[in-house]
Amino acid sequence: MSELIRKNASELVALLKKGEVSSVELTQAHLDRTAQVDGAVHSYLHVGPEAALAAAADIDRRRAAGEKLHDLAGLPIAVKDNLTTTDAPTTSGSKILEGWIPQYDATVVKKLRAAGMPILGKTNLDEFAMGSSTEFSAYGPSKNPWDLSRIPGGSGGGSSSVVASFQAPLAIGSDTGGSIRYPAFVTGTVGTKPTYGAVSRYGLVALASSLDQIGPVSRNVLDAALLQDVIAGHDPHDSTSLPESLGSMTEAAKKLDVKGMRIGVIKQLTGEGFQPEVSARFNESIELLKNAGAEIVEVSCPSFEYAIAAYYLILPAEASSNLAKFDSVRFGMRVTPEGSPTIERVMAATREAGFGPEVKRRIILGTYALSSGYYDAYYGAAQKVRTLIQRDFDAAFAKADVLVSPTAPTTAFKLGEKLEDPLAMYLNDIATIPANLAGIPGMAIPNGIAENNMPSGIQLLAPARADARLYQVGAALEKMHEEVWGKRMIDFAPELEVSN
Amino acid sequence: MSEITPDLVRHLANLARIDVTDQEVDLFAGQLGLIVESMATIRAAVAGDVPATSHPIPMANVFREDVVEPSLTQAEALSAAPDSADGRFRVHAILDEE
Amino acid sequence: MAKDELMNYEKALEQFEVVIGLEVHVELNTNTKMFCGCRNEFGDEPNTNVCPICIGLPGSLPAVNKRAVESSIKIGLALGCEIAPTGRFARKNYFYPDLAKNFQTSQYDEPIAFEGALEVEVPSGKSFTVQIERAHMEEDAGKLTHVGGSTGRIQGAEYSLVDYNRAGVPLVEIVTKPVYGAGAEAPELAAAYVRYIREIVKGLGVSDAKMERGNVRCDANVSLRPHGQEKLGTRTETKNVNSLRSIERAVRYEIQRQAALLAKGTAIVQETRHWHEDKGATSSGRPKSDADDYRYFPEPDLVPVQPSKEWIEELRAGLPEKPAERRKRVQAEWGFADLEFRDVVNAGLMDQIEETVAAGAKPQAARKWWTGELARIANSQDKDVIDLEISGAYVAELAGLVDAGKINDRLAREVLTYVLAGEGSPAEVVAKRGLEVVSDDGALIAAIEAALEKQPDVLDAIREGRMQAAGAVIGAVMQAMKGSADAGRVRELLIEMANT
Repeated sequence: MSELIRKNASELVALLKKGEVSSVELTQAHLDRTAQVDGAVHSYLHVGPEAALAAAADIDRRRAAGEKLHDLAGLPIAVKDNLTTTDAPTTSGSKILEGWIPQYDATVVKKLRAAGMPILGKTNLDEFAMGSSTEFSAYGPSKNPWDLSRIPGGSGGGSSSVVASFQAPLAIGSDTGGSIRYPAFVTGTVGTKPTYGAVSRYGLVALASSLDQIGPVSRNVLDAALLQDVIAGHDPHDSTSLPESLGSMTEAAKKLDVKGMRIGVIKQLTGEGFQPEVSARFNESIELLKNAGAEIVEVSCPSFEYAIAAYYLILPAEASSNLAKFDSVRFGMRVTPEGSPTIERVMAATREAGFGPEVKRRIILGTYALSSGYYDAYYGAAQKVRTLIQRDFDAAFAKADVLVSPTAPTTAFKLGEKLEDPLAMYLNDIATIPANLAGIPGMAIPNGIAENNMPSGIQLLAPARADARLYQVGAALEKMHEEVWGKRMIDFAPELEVSN
Repeated sequence: MSEITPDLVRHLANLARIDVTDQEVDLFAGQLGLIVESMATIRAAVAGDVPATSHPIPMANVFREDVVEPSLTQAEALSAAPDSADGRFRVHAILDEE
Repeated sequence: MAKDELMNYEKALEQFEVVIGLEVHVELNTNTKMFCGCRNEFGDEPNTNVCPICIGLPGSLPAVNKRAVESSIKIGLALGCEIAPTGRFARKNYFYPDLAKNFQTSQYDEPIAFEGALEVEVPSGKSFTVQIERAHMEEDAGKLTHVGGSTGRIQGAEYSLVDYNRAGVPLVEIVTKPVYGAGAEAPELAAAYVRYIREIVKGLGVSDAKMERGNVRCDANVSLRPHGQEKLGTRTETKNVNSLRSIERAVRYEIQRQAALLAKGTAIVQETRHWHEDKGATSSGRPKSDADDYRYFPEPDLVPVQPSKEWIEELRAGLPEKPAERRKRVQAEWGFADLEFRDVVNAGLMDQIEETVAAGAKPQAARKWWTGELARIANSQDKDVIDLEISGAYVAELAGLVDAGKINDRLAREVLTYVLAGEGSPAEVVAKRGLEVVSDDGALIAAIEAALEKQPDVLDAIREGRMQAAGAVIGAVMQAMKGSADAGRVRELLIEMANT
């Protein structure tokens, strides 16, 4: 394997700036890696070598001409396939969108292009980001690079595995209930869900509008910070995007200091239900923080008990409405039943054939939660639970600057293991969901090896708009982990077999 | 007996414009019944006077100025359509009243 | 369509009390659509004023047009409504191919304006207070064209075509509370109410307010109950009645139709009905059913509208004078008698006459043209006079041409038909078509001489005092000059010629 592709994004940026490597070389190296391993890992739904190399060559030319370039110019990146791109199909992991070439670029994609970052390809996901394992992708699951018989997490298993298998130094993900953080946890990578509204959702194929947030996927905290600084910022096309800047994440990630920080351990997200080794790694991380001068406090968030229930009402409700536009009229698939069908029958047949079982299940559940007579009992009640969870967070953040928990209860499970049991699948998100309900930022970083020789991780949570705290504590903790374990967590992943 | 009956699943699928097979109806009725049951707990949690939160980060009055921005061309607009004619999206006949 | 049985109108009113309710949709005349920057323009090439937002492409998000909000607040204030401290958008979910997202972004339980009232005078001179329940913002749907079968009709069509230029155009829907006590004048009250709304929104400058173009559309709810009964009867909703005359006729028709059914003991079906101008009848539409479960929920992609007191007061300060005050003022200014003025008001012609007077016409001349010839033309075309395509400035110009003796009344009527056909201003039509009264004596004398050649005895007859003989020559001259001769001048010239 080319040593180049194992490097952190921050190192590659330095090499690009010094002219020690060209963007074309770097892009090609990653494309070569994909040719070798993606047959087995299946991170990508679409690889775009021509567009990526053309963008890379353009940056090399502009650099040679002495143009002032963005810091990350020339660094290639992979993008989750639920973001619209005018030069590559966007399927959101669904058959119903097969072959759609969007007529516009998502705001985040525009920002990546403006920064001069070549887009390598579009990564796999559970259909419309509904799932925790990528097994609900209509195009087949992605695999965990640590163990190809295991899931890479979901919904962003394509983005986590593409970074974990060194096919891309960075990737874009989206997180509605943990779709960035859970995949990061099971693949030993870093994933951040910024504050709701910190990154524009314009061009993100919507799952649940009030929960969705785009964020960075990387192999270390500083790299995530670099990427968040590229994609964050107000967008007039997204009315829910924050008007103010949240400051530089990169600077926060360089502080490497947690002295005096109050770290709150969430009582409800430890102990029972969490695997022993996951809990052990978590406790070790807490010890490290304490030794580095942080103050550890316990906080209680009693309403978290209702988080999953509220989430699985709000999400399907919003999704059932967001996914109504897939009707065979303006874009996407059309299925025409026998006979002389009416548009109503064409729509119903298209949606039957185009949506997978999990999507149908959630649309029907969401339709129920919103229907007259049930709204107050379900959707309305769930929105109230949201208030309770926000209150829990407010109380907790009065005692602590950053809250912590294990990112998920168990390390990566086997493909197929939970496919028939939606409720068991939903439990993976128990620790990640509260942040989405409350709109606060969360970060998952690896913290060692746990059950089945798979990576484990810790989640950091900060108050809304205090994303910088996550980067400060995350980067400091990451450094401590690397000192204890002797190398980066990702370097514990076994070498993938390379095909030629 | 779960409140999610097969008939209700059929009704909901019809509202959501999705054809469902009998097999799917039974499967979904069972699964959704379990899910809905597990969610019933939240009603007790919010029995008091709790306001609803529909936006996680409270904001208000986000407006756009009334200024024209470029539109798509007709060809771009129709480029992804399964069928079109005369500059318009073409769909099957509508079963409806007059 | 089976022919409905109708009850004699007077008999219907003897037996039943009429309750009406009106929903008026006002299309705002903003530059751009409600939620995107596409032009709000009527009659362009199909699907050219569209973008990812208004054709509902995946990933697109709405952004609220500030001017549309201001216009809505102005309408609310002009109707004496409270302006909501928090107004919220909501999604109304239903599938229809003219609805790009398969939900309409509207307002549900938190409309921008509520609880207003409007004093409405009907032609008899009686006044009614119509209570306004709410005024809310929403977006229009696209336009469907049905092809095949009996052309333009949905039934039997082979396929339909969708143009989304109108999709997303801002609407304000004004909903009344049930209106009681109008009795036999309910149809007139319905029409008068809509006329008042038109005057108001036109006066505010927020809508072009042309019913013919669909700028103002009315759905009329009608129900009957036996006199003395508390419980409201089952109502029908007659859709999109597109002229004031039709509103009056449709309400009258529904009263007679429902009365006939109720008298027979047949229950009224709660349904939408469609008005057919040609047949003068309504027909059954879609019954209310389960499919009307619209699953409203707060639009998660938009944030609430919370107009500040300052903003509302600023808008209130900019409102034009109240209709009642304005009526008093202009009647005094124009010096119209009460009956003359009532005709003007009932025909909804105040704006037109004001415009005509402002362009230089005398008030009585302006009144005469609008309530006379123009009303006659409109009537012959089954239109409301205000829907004629002619401006007050043109009418003033026409009156000016008559006053100056350039054209006579007969020519003026002819000029008017060409102006209405879009040939230009009255002066342009006169010039282009050579319709000016010939006041050049040379041309007249030549024509008289030509006529005298055929009737040589006429001059002798005139000399003998038999003036009726002149008529034959005058007629011949008029005929020869296609009416453009001034008959009085021809007579004078003839007498001169006889006496010299």
